[in-house]
Amino acid sequence: MTELSLTKLPPEKSGFATFLAMLWRDKLAFVSAMVLLLIIIAAVAGPTLLGDLATSQNLRGRNSPPFDMSRGWAFVLGGDSLGRPMLARLIVAARSTMMVAAGAVATALVIGATLGLIAGYMGKKTSQVIMRLADVIMSFPSLLLAVVVLYVLGPSIPNMILVLAITRIPIYLRTTRAEVLEVRERMFVQAAVVMGASHWRIIARHILPVVAPTLVTIATLDFAFVMLAESSLSFLGIGIQPPDITWGLMVAQGRPYLTNAWWLALWPGVMIVITTLALNLLSNWMRIALDPAQRWRLEARSTKDE
Amino acid sequence: MGKLIGQRAIASLLSLLGLMVLVFFLSRLTGDPAVLFLPIDASEAMKAQFRALHGLDAPLIEQFGRYVLDLLQFNFGDSLRKARPAIDIVMEAYAWTLPLALITLSLVIVAAIVLGSIAAFNVGGFFDRLVSIVSLIGASAPDFWIAIVAIVVFSINLGWLPTSGVGTPWHWVLPISVLFIRPFGLIVQVVRGSMLSALSSAYVKTARAKGVKNLPIIFVHTLRNAMLPVITVIGDQAAAMLNGAVIVETIFGFPGIGKLMIDSILQRDFNVVLAAIMVTAVAIFIMNILIDIAYGILDPRIRH
Repeated sequence: MTELSLTKLPPEKSGFATFLAMLWRDKLAFVSAMVLLLIIIAAVAGPTLLGDLATSQNLRGRNSPPFDMSRGWAFVLGGDSLGRPMLARLIVAARSTMMVAAGAVATALVIGATLGLIAGYMGKKTSQVIMRLADVIMSFPSLLLAVVVLYVLGPSIPNMILVLAITRIPIYLRTTRAEVLEVRERMFVQAAVVMGASHWRIIARHILPVVAPTLVTIATLDFAFVMLAESSLSFLGIGIQPPDITWGLMVAQGRPYLTNAWWLALWPGVMIVITTLALNLLSNWMRIALDPAQRWRLEARSTKDE
Repeated sequence: MGKLIGQRAIASLLSLLGLMVLVFFLSRLTGDPAVLFLPIDASEAMKAQFRALHGLDAPLIEQFGRYVLDLLQFNFGDSLRKARPAIDIVMEAYAWTLPLALITLSLVIVAAIVLGSIAAFNVGGFFDRLVSIVSLIGASAPDFWIAIVAIVVFSINLGWLPTSGVGTPWHWVLPISVLFIRPFGLIVQVVRGSMLSALSSAYVKTARAKGVKNLPIIFVHTLRNAMLPVITVIGDQAAAMLNGAVIVETIFGFPGIGKLMIDSILQRDFNVVLAAIMVTAVAIFIMNILIDIAYGILDPRIRH
């Protein structure tokens, strides 16, 4: 069946349109993408729209239970220990949670991939130095790193990004290096070398496009991992510090009220689970969609269904 | 094999030294223990006396030299907080973490292999999907949140299990269950994937053609081959557990290495931090050797 549809190639559509069509075919991945989009929109636009709703205290609404509309829509998920509406708090926390995770992943990706390209492309000596560096980073306990950075540089969102980025660099470094080592032996790279292409051109035009899909897939998965790591550190009290809030910190702040106001710790946890789950599902799909050798599975399926 | 282990030991010793130097100097950047340990109204003279007593007044490089000299005699120094040898405190914590890690990992391995194999055997079926969904949700939920929800449900609302601490076997149930979830989610996926590829190989088709039943196919033919990638993931997870389950141990008040690590970092108990990190590094090294031996047992090609 798949062989049949392969021979009957669909009319060439623009890359983005095929991509969207492929996403639409996989309902789980599509729903995940929509959920993530919604969270991103809320994180970007939400805090501005809400104004000071998330910080205005209402001592009568202290620990007010969820699903009670008498205090207005903002209290639909209940109120926290100072009577601030949980829904608004969640949206404001979404921004810093996303910002920390995105910042850390982007920083680690850029630094790790650059070092990985150098380590894979240059000679053995440079590679050895870079790889030993990665080993030391990997064995360094991230808890201690967090305390060192927070104590020396002070607690702030950029410093939190720094801590998380440092711990994630080795992942990108190792993956990039391994792929580069394999790709640079392939025929088309050899051909480019013979034709006199510059190092820069070989890396940018021939090697990077092959490595990039793997990196993007790992970054999606890593986004979830970094989010969990940030929330764990914040939970332990060595991450984001109030008045900044993230979902992890909200769980920690809700912990003393477990017996009488369970919703304080429950909702932020649910948000973390939903976001990570969506990221995991999406990266599962991306692993196939972005791999030129496997993409036909999805494309074949979409032509078959039409 | 012996030569290989020797080479690995030397390489590991070098990176252990690098780690030790880094941790020694970086941890001393995090502040003065005298401020934390003495009462808030302690005079400057008392603080100076405290520093002199614990050798914290000497220049950093001299402190480091003294530390290395002590270390060569297997003396890890004393804990500031408990005034006892740091290494004893670390070993006591390991006596709690090791059984916790061992029990959890054994349960994870057995459950993941059995359920992952069954899922691979009826791929796309109801059971397969159930395992996939459960493992995905398990891998997506933060463990501190699961721990809190579990405490609310099982300890506070139902009153079945103690909230925290150690003492009876019942105290172990919640920490083990929470620790179980994420490694299980990861390993069951790997088992399923590598079982699938083993099941579609030629020797399984041959065995099927000869009329071999399903159970012998799983346990005699495929499992051993499918175990190699599984062992790698188990190694990663075991390393994470040897590092101590910081979150779970903190929430459940479990006196293991993870709780010791975070407490000693926060209290600037430098000797304990260093001892804990080095003992953990050695434990992870030993475990990696065991993993390599397991590879050799499973795959004769690696032995040669």
